[in-house]
Amino acid sequence: MKKLLSDFKIGEKGKITAVSGEGKIRRRLFDMGVTPGAEVLLRKKAPLGDPLEVRLRGYELTLRKTEAACVTMEVEA
Amino acid sequence: MKKFALAGNPNCGKTTLFNLLTGSTAYVGNWPGVTVDKREGTYKRGEEPVSVVDLPGIYSLSPYTSEEVVSRNFILDEKPDCVINVVDATNLERNLYLTTQLMEIDVPLIIALNMMDAVEKAGDSIDAKELEQKIGVPVVEISALKGGGIKELMDRAIKISKAARKGETVLKNSPIAHLIRDVSIALTAQKVDAPLFHAVKLTEMDEIEAQMHPELVAMVDAFKATFSNDTFGTDFEAIVADARYQYITQNYSSVVTKTKQDAAELTQSDKADRVLTHRIWGIPIFLVILFSIFHLTFSEDFLYLSAISGGRLPSLFASAAEGGLGWEENAGTLLLGCFYDGAVFSPGVILTNVLNLILDSVSGLVAGWLNAAPAWVSGFLVDGILGGLFAVLGFLPQILTLFLFFSILEDSGYMARVAFILDRIFRKFGLSGRAFMPMIMGFGCSIPAMINTRTLADEQERTATVRVIPFFSCGAKVPILTAIAGGIVQAFGIGNADLITYGMYVIGIVTAIIAVLCMRSTTMRGETPPFIMELPAYHRPLFKSLMIHLWDKTKHFIQKAFTVILASTILIWFLSHFSWDWRFLPDENMNESILAGIGMLIQPIFTPLGFGSQLGRTAGWVFAVSAITGLVAKENVIATFGTLAACLVSGFLIPEESDGILEASAIIAQTGITIPALIAFIAFNMTTIPCFAACAAAKAELPAGKFKWTLLFWLVTSYIVSTVIYLVGSWWWTAFIFAGIAACAAAAIVFWNKKHPLKDNHAKKESTAQTAGASEEEEK
Repeated sequence: MKKLLSDFKIGEKGKITAVSGEGKIRRRLFDMGVTPGAEVLLRKKAPLGDPLEVRLRGYELTLRKTEAACVTMEVEA
Repeated sequence: MKKFALAGNPNCGKTTLFNLLTGSTAYVGNWPGVTVDKREGTYKRGEEPVSVVDLPGIYSLSPYTSEEVVSRNFILDEKPDCVINVVDATNLERNLYLTTQLMEIDVPLIIALNMMDAVEKAGDSIDAKELEQKIGVPVVEISALKGGGIKELMDRAIKISKAARKGETVLKNSPIAHLIRDVSIALTAQKVDAPLFHAVKLTEMDEIEAQMHPELVAMVDAFKATFSNDTFGTDFEAIVADARYQYITQNYSSVVTKTKQDAAELTQSDKADRVLTHRIWGIPIFLVILFSIFHLTFSEDFLYLSAISGGRLPSLFASAAEGGLGWEENAGTLLLGCFYDGAVFSPGVILTNVLNLILDSVSGLVAGWLNAAPAWVSGFLVDGILGGLFAVLGFLPQILTLFLFFSILEDSGYMARVAFILDRIFRKFGLSGRAFMPMIMGFGCSIPAMINTRTLADEQERTATVRVIPFFSCGAKVPILTAIAGGIVQAFGIGNADLITYGMYVIGIVTAIIAVLCMRSTTMRGETPPFIMELPAYHRPLFKSLMIHLWDKTKHFIQKAFTVILASTILIWFLSHFSWDWRFLPDENMNESILAGIGMLIQPIFTPLGFGSQLGRTAGWVFAVSAITGLVAKENVIATFGTLAACLVSGFLIPEESDGILEASAIIAQTGITIPALIAFIAFNMTTIPCFAACAAAKAELPAGKFKWTLLFWLVTSYIVSTVIYLVGSWWWTAFIFAGIAACAAAAIVFWNKKHPLKDNHAKKESTAQTAGASEEEEK
């Protein structure tokens, strides 16, 4: 099932299939290891519901919902 | 001398390694991006001395942040003899991403595999030998924390630095390998250094690269036209990043042996994180921590023991004061008074009291020795030099206590979580949660705060942040607050000094928020900067690194005290004790001094702010003069009060327990200044141009040409804020006028922005900083 990372629930896991978004944001996502094929686990949301904390490639990354909306995921059952 | 560069991801232990290699005292924090400028030191334990440069931490060599540009330019232009790539073994995948880029540059490269102890502790293992074979670059296991493997690392680095190395790329099997090879050949023909690196960046259409080699852009475009890829189309940037990570996962997954699946396990760091960033408790916990820090540093009623007991705790000096306190008779009482006087003091206050007790006794001793000396000699030494200097040194304990707490938060990794928690709020003002860090540092000192803005990726966010940092009242402004607030309470017998102090902090923060909103909606329109950040694992702060940080700060402060501040104190004393015809003036003839002349000249400017012409010509110019001396260093404002109070107010002597309150209330009584004017005076000093040292930092951090506008912005903002405070405080109905002006200004801005929508991200231009300042009227 395809789903945007921003729509993930806490504890949900998946594989990145595509990264959209413009220039700088996408570049930054790539540099931080958010590339197709990487496994991502949504660990937590900030107290105000945004930004998100995810685990990927063995470390914790935080990004906003708007930025997470650039990441398309294949949800793992 | 050979030059080695340390490169690596933020927070991978580079600075710890640098300290170990050079014995230097560079500061290490647990916040991605603490090293914001490169630092240099010398390694002396090898066969030959080597100069070591610590570059800022980076994730990639793309020009995303100014730190990345600094590191990239250093490696490419300065051509170090060897690059030591520090790799965090606990996070091999992402760290090697940078390594794959560094490999493309024609420079000897060695990998320092750091934090292996943490990997072993987690029950995993990494085969360094296998990694070395696969990657084709020497790999040495080190522990920067415990000092293991350093000798071997440096010996091998020195060895490989003797031979040149050709760049290698991991993109050989990627679909665009052809293009990279062709561009690389073209660049080699042009005799460009590190052709392979530039070729890869050019294929990615990296901004810097495309500007440097416009003629080759066509080549990339032509290739693009014939190219198509199922997943990425012609997005070469994506193809390159993807190829790098694919190469890493394919080749290095066998190097790492994991005993446990990482997902479900809760480490200690995770457990701490669960509480500290809790959905409901996260923000309250943060507020409590912040409050506790300020309470521990500044409170004169520790844990509210006195308030809880209903003021029944006996005062220490009530009875003793009648007999007069001499050091000889009352040493015990005086010493006890540092800790307790009707209420228990907080640690920060206790340290301040102890230091002041020592400084005061030194002052007293010197005054005693100089009994027989001419009046101007003892006046110069005791009032001019010692008085001013000690007033400044007296703040050191509280500044350091505050720094200590912030360093603990930073070292432990909590600061990064604070950014995570608060991002939602900061976004409303067009900033990111990362801007929180430099702003909160501003409460300690503006200079490190401004330097720290380099971790902000967005240039507009940086400029806006640098401009509002001085509004977060720094340690040096604390005495202005406490002295005048205390003075108000003492002179008028009303109010609560804590409440006034707290209120002034709030005014500073509100001014900052409004100023940011104004800038972001007028001169700095644009979208909110992204917030994509690593959250480092929590760890216990290292005592050594905390002490290094504190020592750094102490050194800076004392240097400042003995140079800029001492010089200006002497200058002020001189100006206030000599007349235009170079005659020494005794204290009571201060009205004829040079300083009085200058003060009287500029006094009318401050009339709308409440501390101008209306205070009369006898002593009214004191406020104008101290606002000016405050430009040199904010500590000077109250120091000037002291010097001038001793001269102007008949019978006033600089008291033993000098915290500025007595000086302030003496001046207040002498000039008859009103409470709103005093509040306006504090606000002016808090929001105006910061001290010279901070101005220098701002000039260095701001993009070219913005500094002069920033100076104007500070002046205009402080003038408007103080005017509003004075006028509204004196005549409450003027609030409606200001509200009207603010509403019109806001409406005008909204209307203008609607009519001129942003077409393009890059089209936004800064017209003037004045517009931002002018709409400051929204204050109140």
